Amino acid sequence: MKKKLFSLAMAAMLSVSLLSGCGGSGGSSDTSSDATEDSASADTSDESSDAEEADDTASDEAESTEGGEGAFYIGGIGPTTGAAASYGSAVMNAGQIAIDEINEAGGVNGSQLAYRFEDDVHDPEKSVNAYNSLKDWGMQILMGTVTTSPCIAVAAESSADNMFEITPSASSTDVIDTNENVFQVCFTDPNQGTASADYIADTLGDISKVAVIYNSADVYSQGIHDTFVDEADVKGLEVVSDTAFTDDTKTDFSTQLQKAQEGEAELVFLPIYYQEASIILQQAKDMGYAPTFFGVDGMDGILTLEGFDTSLAEGVMLLTPFSADADDEKTQNFVSKYQEEYGDVPNQCGADAYDAIYIIKQAIEESGVTPDMSIDEMGSTLCETMKGMTFDGGITGESMQWDENGAVNKDPKAVVIKDGAYQSMD
Amino acid sequence: MSFVSYLIAGISLGSIYAIMALGYTMVYGIAKMLNFAHGDVIMIGSYVVFYAINSYGLPPVVSIALSVVVCTCLGIVIEKVAYKPLRRAASLAVLITAIGVSYLLENLALLFFGSDSKSFPDALGLSTISLAGGKLQIPGTTIFTIVVCVIIMVCLMLFIKRTKAGQAMLAVSEDKDAAQLMGVNVNATISLTFAIGSGLAAIAGVLLCSQYHVLNPYTGALPGIKAFTAAVFGGIGSIPGAFVGGLLLGIIEDLSSAYISSQLANAIVFAVLIVVLLLKPTGLFGKVVREKV
Repeated sequence: MKKKLFSLAMAAMLSVSLLSGCGGSGGSSDTSSDATEDSASADTSDESSDAEEADDTASDEAESTEGGEGAFYIGGIGPTTGAAASYGSAVMNAGQIAIDEINEAGGVNGSQLAYRFEDDVHDPEKSVNAYNSLKDWGMQILMGTVTTSPCIAVAAESSADNMFEITPSASSTDVIDTNENVFQVCFTDPNQGTASADYIADTLGDISKVAVIYNSADVYSQGIHDTFVDEADVKGLEVVSDTAFTDDTKTDFSTQLQKAQEGEAELVFLPIYYQEASIILQQAKDMGYAPTFFGVDGMDGILTLEGFDTSLAEGVMLLTPFSADADDEKTQNFVSKYQEEYGDVPNQCGADAYDAIYIIKQAIEESGVTPDMSIDEMGSTLCETMKGMTFDGGITGESMQWDENGAVNKDPKAVVIKDGAYQSMD
Repeated sequence: MSFVSYLIAGISLGSIYAIMALGYTMVYGIAKMLNFAHGDVIMIGSYVVFYAINSYGLPPVVSIALSVVVCTCLGIVIEKVAYKPLRRAASLAVLITAIGVSYLLENLALLFFGSDSKSFPDALGLSTISLAGGKLQIPGTTIFTIVVCVIIMVCLMLFIKRTKAGQAMLAVSEDKDAAQLMGVNVNATISLTFAIGSGLAAIAGVLLCSQYHVLNPYTGALPGIKAFTAAVFGGIGSIPGAFVGGLLLGIIEDLSSAYISSQLANAIVFAVLIVVLLLKPTGLFGKVVREKV
């Protein structure tokens, strides 16, 4: 009897541990929070089936601008509910601001822009459904999707249709590699690693020993880590400690920090999301270890983490293409409009979406496509134009250009956290 | 020197596992069931402390006491509602119910507290101790955790050996029906076991979150499984076994992540468990019970 109970218990334990592996990675653009999504999707499935029934009326929750005859139909897809909602909502809202600005100024080549945004709850299947329902609406150009794994699924569909697609924030190279028609506004993951190593070696100067702590269970983190270590080697930075953690061991970083401390690292590079970074900062303080911490765009959000003591983040640097307090006129205009309309400071995804709409505008202008073209014809023309185009005056980087794959080339901006706010480094 | 600090970190982690394992082992020893919801009671307890400190500004000591009270009540309620009606049912049914309760608590927490992680305040506010000319830094929380764990274990042993209620627990664990015939109130004894186990869960929760500063609805899930492993490792049902099992597990985990690979730490922990169970199926301190046919 007892033996039987034991084997049962062990089996149960294993299955529980399998399941528990899914949890815990709250809102982030690449990691999926499956468990929370499940509950969120249960909540929204009723709504979405309602929306499908009422197919012809504009859906209530989504932003939309109807353009009427002779308009360009731009669709957007992203999570506006669920764990990654903050990213999707920012993209939806920022896209709307850009659309309104363009339409008020007379549209593109005399045509208005129509805009509709659909929720995908950060779920690949729902994302493809959203894509199909947007196509029924008449979508000709897709601005999306916001998060990586749904974007890979949708890109396969849009590639088959040869529809022009530009994603504001899905940063994996998987999104663009096999798809001719897909372009990115954000950096690809590997690109961030290289840019960070360059910045540390060239601009910060007096740093020679660095440590890296990354999440080996996350493609995003692993990708940045790999290119960072390669580039650090090229630039003569000594990586004294290179340690990883996984989703199962993301609460205790004492050994990783101790190794960094023993190696006398002056800077610890954290290509991870802000939840884990917040624990690392706290534990480093408990240990009395105070190097410079350097993050990537996943660090964005640490200041708004509930219960987080922002003084811990003092002096943390991060490389991000967008900082809301930049004092150029365009950023100021965007941030103040966003705050006025939605009462929030926009994050990086929002800024990427704002640029994405203006990139679409410029591509339409330069290629001279017209709304009566077929999706396929318009897609081919726009893709050709994109490859030779330079987009100036974006709020997430100067003079953006795209390579053959559709990856963007732009200069990142470094920011440092001072007095609980981001400040530009230069 | 670095070995010593890895060891101390391991003992501290192990102490938390040990306190949690005590909860598992007591309930198993007395009620003969695996309370998989234990890890989630820990999570609920931590949320109570989090909101008590952050939203109501209560002093840490009051918050922790409140959390112990809430968890104790929660433990009793879970026992009364979910487990008591199944006292005579097959052990498989109780096991599944326990897993169900675990998911119920996790999802309720998702609903009420949201999925995003909270940064847990430093509830204990202990300063770091610096030894050997600053080469050895020991966070105050670590020492506190170890001390609390030892105190709890000693108290529990005394409680079971020296008090009437403790003796009743032993009796129920030996033979439920015979204990009842001898005038032991079996239901009250089992409720008391759950109350103590859940109260310990609250303390474990505070220690866990003070050490690692992160709180979300899944905070208790993996540590709960590790603690269960520790209880099995030490011999489930045995209080010193849970203590030693917890400590060993924590030390193995930290040392293997320091000297072998931080990614393989969990794999090594569970591999050790498998080896121990193969060599000694009842765990380190487990009693061999003859099968009654």
